[in-house]
Amino acid sequence: MKTICLYFEIHQIVHLRRYRFFDIGTDHYYYDDYENERTISDIAQRSYMPALETLLQMIRDNGKFFKVAFSLSGVGIESLEQYAPEVIEKLQELAETGCVEFLAEPYSHGLSSLGNEEYFKQDVKKQSEKIKEYFGQTPKVLRNSSLIYNDDIGLMAHQMGFKGMLTEGAKHVLGWKSSHYLYHCALAPKLKLLLRDVALSDDISLRFNNSEWNEYPLFADRYMDKIAALPDEEQMIGIFMNLSALGIEQPLSSNILEFFKALPVCAKERGIAFSTPSEVCMKMKSVASLDVPYALSWMDEERDISTWLGNPMQREAFDKLYKVADRVRIANDPRINQDWDYLQASNNFRMMSTKRTNVGLDRGIYASPFDAFTNYMNILGDFINRVNALYPDEIDNEELNGLLTTIRNQGEEIEMKDKEISRLKAKVEKLEKEGDKLRSKSAKTSKTNKTASAKKTSTTKKSTSVASSKKTASKKVE
Amino acid sequence: MFGWEYPPHVFGGLATANFGISEGLYAQGDIETTLCLPHPFGDEDRTYANIVAMNCVPVAYRDVDYNYVEQRIGKIMSPDLYYKLREHIYADFNYMNVNDLGAFDFAGGYPSNLHEEINNYSIIAGVVARAIDFDIIHAHDWLTFPAGIHAKQITGKPLCIHVHATDFDRSRGKVNPTVYAIEKDGMDKADCIMCVSELTRQTVINQYHQPPSKVFTVHNAVYPLKKEIADMPRPCHKDKEKVVTFLGRLTMQKGPEYFVEAANMVLHRTHNIRFCMAGSGDMMEQMISLVAERGIADRFHFPGFMRGNEVYECLKSSDVYVMPSVSEPFGISPLEAMQCGTPTIISKQSGCAEILDNCIKVDYWDIHAMADAIYSICNNDSLFDYLSIEGKREVDQITWEKVGKWIRELYLRTLGW
Repeated sequence: MKTICLYFEIHQIVHLRRYRFFDIGTDHYYYDDYENERTISDIAQRSYMPALETLLQMIRDNGKFFKVAFSLSGVGIESLEQYAPEVIEKLQELAETGCVEFLAEPYSHGLSSLGNEEYFKQDVKKQSEKIKEYFGQTPKVLRNSSLIYNDDIGLMAHQMGFKGMLTEGAKHVLGWKSSHYLYHCALAPKLKLLLRDVALSDDISLRFNNSEWNEYPLFADRYMDKIAALPDEEQMIGIFMNLSALGIEQPLSSNILEFFKALPVCAKERGIAFSTPSEVCMKMKSVASLDVPYALSWMDEERDISTWLGNPMQREAFDKLYKVADRVRIANDPRINQDWDYLQASNNFRMMSTKRTNVGLDRGIYASPFDAFTNYMNILGDFINRVNALYPDEIDNEELNGLLTTIRNQGEEIEMKDKEISRLKAKVEKLEKEGDKLRSKSAKTSKTNKTASAKKTSTTKKSTSVASSKKTASKKVE
Repeated sequence: MFGWEYPPHVFGGLATANFGISEGLYAQGDIETTLCLPHPFGDEDRTYANIVAMNCVPVAYRDVDYNYVEQRIGKIMSPDLYYKLREHIYADFNYMNVNDLGAFDFAGGYPSNLHEEINNYSIIAGVVARAIDFDIIHAHDWLTFPAGIHAKQITGKPLCIHVHATDFDRSRGKVNPTVYAIEKDGMDKADCIMCVSELTRQTVINQYHQPPSKVFTVHNAVYPLKKEIADMPRPCHKDKEKVVTFLGRLTMQKGPEYFVEAANMVLHRTHNIRFCMAGSGDMMEQMISLVAERGIADRFHFPGFMRGNEVYECLKSSDVYVMPSVSEPFGISPLEAMQCGTPTIISKQSGCAEILDNCIKVDYWDIHAMADAIYSICNNDSLFDYLSIEGKREVDQITWEKVGKWIRELYLRTLGW
């Protein structure tokens, strides 16, 4: 039985504001709040809310038959939380139906998988925790930012304990192979790969409303006929897209939601099911391994990473950004961490792209790629200064890490000693009280009195020695 | 074709454009150009056009000996042509100030009696138009418009005029009424108006009230650099002091004060950058005092007017070239800077911004953006490298041959062939 794996991505970047180099060192706020609020509430109103409402209705109408998967970037969740909390509520409602799976992805929607392994793992973990907090599920399947994947990323995903990963069914990797099977990572055979069907996904997200397209208008029955007509052995059809395709890229006036509503019925008639990615990973077996030495993604015709790292400016920005990754991780300063998440977002790099074939690229406030680069580098310059100002530049990361561990250990030690001190102090008080009692009770027997005072002096000595050791420890910390 | 100046005797950008267009038309193979110049020096390149020296064309009959003519004007025009032209004198101009050959003298360039010279030029055009066989008239800039109109009236051949600049660009809107009248007259009578940019085209349509259907954009181009200039090495400034250059006439149209203000902003934040303002003009003193007032004179230099290879040496040793023109019909100099591999910042109000991608465009008044762009190029090697390499590649694709092809197309449309 064929099964459709339907998945939607939810991510919006935090827009950077116009940041001149005069601002470096004087202003540490990098975001255009007005633009963020405007875009998020616009997208929520025109796309996310109607689309999610429709999907929820589809789940309710079709019992447990219709299933869907979402992934949200952490940055996206933060924006929605702030400007459109109703979207999160709607997603929570969807989560309660039990027919929805949430996937893991890097919190920042950035390119950390290509830049810094340690950070990538942390980035994904952070997002998984957030998903657990909001939707009560721990993601088992990973989708990297823009479906970026290569063998090394697959291996990392496996090490992090993921069962499967979503990626692009890129022609240059698949060759004669079909994207309708389950594959596994070449370096980690246990990690299953679910591939996007490029044509069927783009039929909806890219061409649905294009009246020049020869298959226009697309109807649900014809769409399902196409899937049903595939050879019987081809069982998994991955239809992955941005949720904003429903409403923004393809306007609601194109009746795209009506098209979606009709999908489950048409699928049922043709014996096609819906599954979530982790169900697919559990039920189906991989047919072969997929060798992906060079990173691929779902962007542009090339399906590679050239849209983010295609020109020297993008590479310089990327290198400079990830050069401080370890510092940021070690420092673990809340404000720095937040800026770091927002600055990593891959969209920032895409705006610097000089490629001519940019499908749907909106440069926002930037007039040109050079403008985008200049603005980003100014912000990055300020950010790097702030990171470096936390600790002196001369200390290298390992040494710094060592020192920080020492400090942390000593902190713990001090804490222990503090406890000890308070315990001993309590003891001293107790003994003093007892002593007083004894004194008042029996002033007659001087012999017992003497022993009590001897005891008292010995305990005070002990407490002063503890205090002095605390002093030396705190000196070290300084 | 009526032109006013021609290399190597360059007074302004008109000469280079004129030469380029002649070259581009010659490259088409089936176009022959007769170029009328008021005052050729004899050392002009005649491969691309037959040059008629207007100061040797008789407008009053003189019975002169062949050898005498040979000795007087042989360097710049053949005596045979002189006799041929003499046949076509159409009125008696003896009352005017003619010389021993019955011709007018021209000072060349832009003398104080410019309007008189323009008038004389159009009188002579009447003789030339009668004597020479041609299909279409092409007049460059307002100086030659009266001549073009005259030639059209005599022969009935279609007139194309080429607008390299309008008086609106030169004066920031405060036009000289005499010049405006000549320009407007020329445009009204023209069959086809070629403008060097869409910006100029819009000026022509809106300020001179021309029907858009006869106004076309013909962007300029650049010649490839001479080998000796192309081979000049670029000094490497990585991790060293950077040089930011402004090169052009120091006049209102070019917006030099915006460059100074941007420099001021940059210099208050960084110190490894020097600024260079090459050229001279009526705002020179004003700029020097502005620089002193801002207290940046130690890092801001005025090398003065540059000629010949000095220009290229200066461009090659710069890390950023800035052209903050307030209104620039086209502006060939950023293209030359890009040929030298120098990253370029231009104002959005320049015509060349319409055809360039690999340069930074800012509004001329937006000194913050300009300062930011200067700082960015100086501090980010990748941006410098990208603009340098891709800019050169881009500008190498812009050739006069392509311009010539488009002009030929416009000729054919005008002639209705």
